[in-house]
Amino acid sequence: KLKSTLIERSMVKLTKRIGGLVLRLAAFGAALAAVVVMVTSHERASFFAVSLEAKYTDMASFKYFVIANAVVTVYSFLVLFLPKESLLWKFVVVLDLVMTMLLTSSLSAALAVAQVGKKGNANAGWLPICGQVPKFCDQITGALIAGFVALVLYVFLLLYSLHSVVDPFLLQKS
Amino acid sequence: MAVSKLALAATSGKNCKVLLGLRLLAFSATLSAAIVMGLNKETKTFVVGQVGNTPIKATFTAKFDHTPAFVFFVVANAMVSFHNLLMIGLQIFGGEIEFTGFRLLSVAILDMLNVTLISAAANAAAFMAEVGKNGNKHARWEKICDRFATYCDHGAGALIAAFAGVILMLIISAVSISRLVQPNKYCSTTASPSVVP
Repeated sequence: KLKSTLIERSMVKLTKRIGGLVLRLAAFGAALAAVVVMVTSHERASFFAVSLEAKYTDMASFKYFVIANAVVTVYSFLVLFLPKESLLWKFVVVLDLVMTMLLTSSLSAALAVAQVGKKGNANAGWLPICGQVPKFCDQITGALIAGFVALVLYVFLLLYSLHSVVDPFLLQKS
Repeated sequence: MAVSKLALAATSGKNCKVLLGLRLLAFSATLSAAIVMGLNKETKTFVVGQVGNTPIKATFTAKFDHTPAFVFFVVANAMVSFHNLLMIGLQIFGGEIEFTGFRLLSVAILDMLNVTLISAAANAAAFMAEVGKNGNKHARWEKICDRFATYCDHGAGALIAAFAGVILMLIISAVSISRLVQPNKYCSTTASPSVVP
């Protein structure tokens, strides 16, 4: 009977570890998708013999979005290969919090600017640009959605790393 | 090990006072950011044209709720300052509450969520303020800070306070997580010093 409970416990631990790895891989994929979709978004439009090209580098917050998601991608990739018994897991909790902060701040900054680009700001006299470059706007929207998915996955990853570092029986009243 | 030393330090009385001081600072920083941005309003009259010899004047207002990012900024800062107020009240007046495992965990998780909230709000407002200050040549958005200088100055002050709140909340969250390592030690200013191991 003791042997079966030992096997059960090791199965639970293995399932948890695989779940964590899957989450990390999914977050890596989402952040990578956000970077790639935003970097490849550009559109050339011409009206009244004036040709304008919309690129992601036009707005400072889109550049910050690309940089932040690139950092998160590289970090996730590195943590994927961290061995289980390494002492760095306690450091991973703090770094996960910092990465989540990076993700939220970059996503909300990009959303704020993209909202002005889509709806304009009547009080400041800023006209929306999505009417002239619709394909660019669609790709920006796609990149923002991927960034949002990466953020949600990272919140779960933060809770997971916290759970795996702190005593797992913390939730019981002792 | 460094982590156990940090955990021991986190449960001693002196570090509880440090945590209380940090929370007070974060509360005042985020509350002042919310208030300064919430009361941010400037009205100016400009000459927009001329009919014969008389100039036509029009009045323009710059308010914080013209921009959704600033509205989010005010709301998020108010929420984070309320959270800090709650935690301060818990620490000062909750001397008899025993911090069993789940309560300590919920404090740590709430701190982490508030860190992400305040960083999102501060950053969104910062990038919108940058567009307002420098304009955007590619999208043909004109800058507004040369005409509404007081509005921009007040907004910059609120942003600085919010970023100070971000750094403070990050430190507070790190301390809360480190207190999780040793559960069942509670941090109350009314507790007797015999709690310290």
